[in-house]
Amino acid sequence: MLGSASSPRPRTTNFELWSWLFMRVSGALLLILLLIHLAIMHVTQPIENVNFAFVAARWASPLWRWYDLVLLGLGWVHGLNGVRVVMDDWIHSPGWRLTLTALLWLIGFILLVIGAQVIFSFQAPAGAG
Amino acid sequence: MSSFRWRTIAWFAWYRGQSGQWAQLLHRITGLGIVFFLGLHILDTSLVGFGPSVYNTVTAIYHNFVVRLLEVVLVGLVIYHALNGLRVTVIDLWDEGALYQAQMWGVVILLFLVLFLPSAFLMLAPYFR
Repeated sequence: MLGSASSPRPRTTNFELWSWLFMRVSGALLLILLLIHLAIMHVTQPIENVNFAFVAARWASPLWRWYDLVLLGLGWVHGLNGVRVVMDDWIHSPGWRLTLTALLWLIGFILLVIGAQVIFSFQAPAGAG
Repeated sequence: MSSFRWRTIAWFAWYRGQSGQWAQLLHRITGLGIVFFLGLHILDTSLVGFGPSVYNTVTAIYHNFVVRLLEVVLVGLVIYHALNGLRVTVIDLWDEGALYQAQMWGVVILLFLVLFLPSAFLMLAPYFR
């Protein structure tokens, strides 16, 4: 029998539904954005080319700043949420699960701020790039 | 006493390679690998804010041949995760997707080889000239 009095139905939220939808939509966007990023930065040229002057020249264009910002936001949140789902599955102790999930989002938030602020605020020094 | 060991054995026994479980396990391992690198990548890119000498000195680590091999592995992780993520999305959205999941995994492996082998060749060829 469904919903007996001794085990009341848990209050449901749409969080997992939104999480599922986000993973599908961000995944589809990342499929395109990340493969282009890898093709440009890692495959079609040696990584030795990617130095300070290269980054400064690239970020001279607002288009690439936005591209990298979207890639950072979608990729990092997709990755963190994936780790959350894996931890929900594999960590059986509720205490550890809660502790590590809180730590995950704390470290995740700090790194997101670090990454976003450098993309926003970077200014090439005169003469470089 | 041996509850951890029993749980571990039970876990491997559950992963019998049936019904796309290997595909899913690989999806998780590749995802965890990618998110770990992304965390490092946010930190190394943030160093661009400290000027050319700091950024160029630290990213010189990536010019090492062994690290280049790890970079090839990273590209492989992303290609598998992207293609299998597409397969998971098709399973979710197409009524009969689950019936064809095994065949679709075959397609994922095939496309993985088609994309990964030339990428790995392009990335490593400069070292053998």
